[in-house]
Amino acid sequence: MSEMPGDLQYTKEHEWLRREEDGSVTIGITDHAQSALGDLVYVELPEVGQDLDVDGEMAVVESVKAASDVYAPISGNVLAVNEALADVPETINTDPYGEGWIVRLQPAGEIDESSMMSPDDYQTLLDELDEVDD
Amino acid sequence: MPFIPHTRKDTEEMLAVIGVPDLDTLFDEIPPELIIDSMEGVPEALSEMQITRLMHKRAAIDGTPSCFIGAGAYEHHIPTVVWDIATRGEFYSAYTPYQAEASQGTLQTIYEYQSMITELTGLDVSNASLYDGASGLAEASLMAVRTNRAVKSRRVMLAPGVNPIYAQVAEAIAGSQAITFESIAMDAKTGNVDFDSLDDNADPVAVVIQQPSFLGTLEDVDRLTNWAVERGAIVIAIVNPMSLALLKAPAQWGDSGADIACGEGQPLGVPLSSGGPYFGFMTCKQKHVRQMPGRIVGRTTDLDDKPGYALTLQAREQHIRRSKATSNICTNQGLMVTAATIYMSLLGFDGLVKVASQSQRNTKRLVDGLCSLDGVQRVFEGPYFHEVALRLDRPVAPVLAALAANDILGGLDLSAYTPELENALLVCVTETKTDEDIDEYIDAMRKVLATESASDS
Repeated sequence: MSEMPGDLQYTKEHEWLRREEDGSVTIGITDHAQSALGDLVYVELPEVGQDLDVDGEMAVVESVKAASDVYAPISGNVLAVNEALADVPETINTDPYGEGWIVRLQPAGEIDESSMMSPDDYQTLLDELDEVDD
Repeated sequence: MPFIPHTRKDTEEMLAVIGVPDLDTLFDEIPPELIIDSMEGVPEALSEMQITRLMHKRAAIDGTPSCFIGAGAYEHHIPTVVWDIATRGEFYSAYTPYQAEASQGTLQTIYEYQSMITELTGLDVSNASLYDGASGLAEASLMAVRTNRAVKSRRVMLAPGVNPIYAQVAEAIAGSQAITFESIAMDAKTGNVDFDSLDDNADPVAVVIQQPSFLGTLEDVDRLTNWAVERGAIVIAIVNPMSLALLKAPAQWGDSGADIACGEGQPLGVPLSSGGPYFGFMTCKQKHVRQMPGRIVGRTTDLDDKPGYALTLQAREQHIRRSKATSNICTNQGLMVTAATIYMSLLGFDGLVKVASQSQRNTKRLVDGLCSLDGVQRVFEGPYFHEVALRLDRPVAPVLAALAANDILGGLDLSAYTPELENALLVCVTETKTDEDIDEYIDAMRKVLATESASDS
């Protein structure tokens, strides 16, 4: 069973979003995603100031067995990246929803809520994936 | 791995199992217009005996001339033991096995090779090799664009000393990815970068510096490296590995060193051959390693704490990263690399210094001798390693033809490469030439020039 904070939104690409009070959005990958990837050894981050399109490449997370693209769940401008991941990428493994955040974006326009999942919906998705695995 | 032949009966049984009547049907997805049943210009097959005779006959036409041509591929003495070892069954393959770690000897050879190349170039990490020096420049340019995301220009600036063939290959490979290559102007006196022509507002993603230059000159690599670094550019060094026994390693260029070094590995134990196979090498600073193409072998310890070797950083490679891979190349020129590793370990650094010094000394003897003749002078001033551009008082091609009649390959006619340098000839001497060989060349040139000018008047 994956850990899953209730105050976040999720995507079917296994990313989470936190709506900050200032209107920005913090993004990371879920506990399920980090667990599937295994021990992370490298994270390639976008540049602060860069404009990202929804579904465009946002970051690359590399584990000992795979390197995967992390796609931007929303369009926006990069306000901050988690520089600490350069030296300690495994923070994503140990604290995916906290210190393991990846990017903070200033959303460009309205966020398409239809592509966002509640914790319950995301749990349903994970349960379905489990069934497929069985 | 056992060799398993199959009989016609085996084939029929296998086809029957999958329900296909014959081999043509199995491959029927190949569009008929792509199937070739005859090749224009290619003659009928010859028997082995016939082809052996033909090739011996053709080889005899070449004879055994004295070679003074360099221009990217260099004749060095290769101790017999190099290829005796490299062609042993255990090494005699271009590739690592698919289950790479099962072949610790191959991996260790590559690891030793990487260690030696990083020592020569002074940089932190080496890959297991590339196809050749020219594709090395293309890969280094692609790598520079991937790693230098702060500069958006995708413009790669080439020092005038970059081998023009390398520039063409890099353009062919990397040009389709919207990378543009532009040459920096040449100072006509030195043959190197015209620093006055440099635009301080330029924003190249990378600057390529070849040392020694294609025309044999020695670039002010420190100044050019610093200029490039100040613009935020990645510095790509193209170097002759043999020259590094005498010249400053790319890691020491300027205040911060080159970021990537690449070049042609052929001088290290690979014989001259029309078009190869040769091998390219590439090293870089640690911080760029994830953008480096090709395989990297690392040293590790097993469960019993014994040393072992493993492919490392594989997540960059195509079997994992698919279309996002740093490149589609793997171990590549494994056999050539094996030879180079044996060559370098046999000679040691002192041996390389001796080869390089003797080559330099021999080149000086030839250049001084030729320049003492009427009608021969150096194109550029300044120091050189083992290659020099000379200007003749007449077109080069007929002079080379006359020398060839005396069994001397007198150098490269530069008219096809740098037509702006009129009547220019590029000569190179390695340690393989004796003083007598060199004096014979000077004598032959004296006679050729005298005859030709006599017929002119």
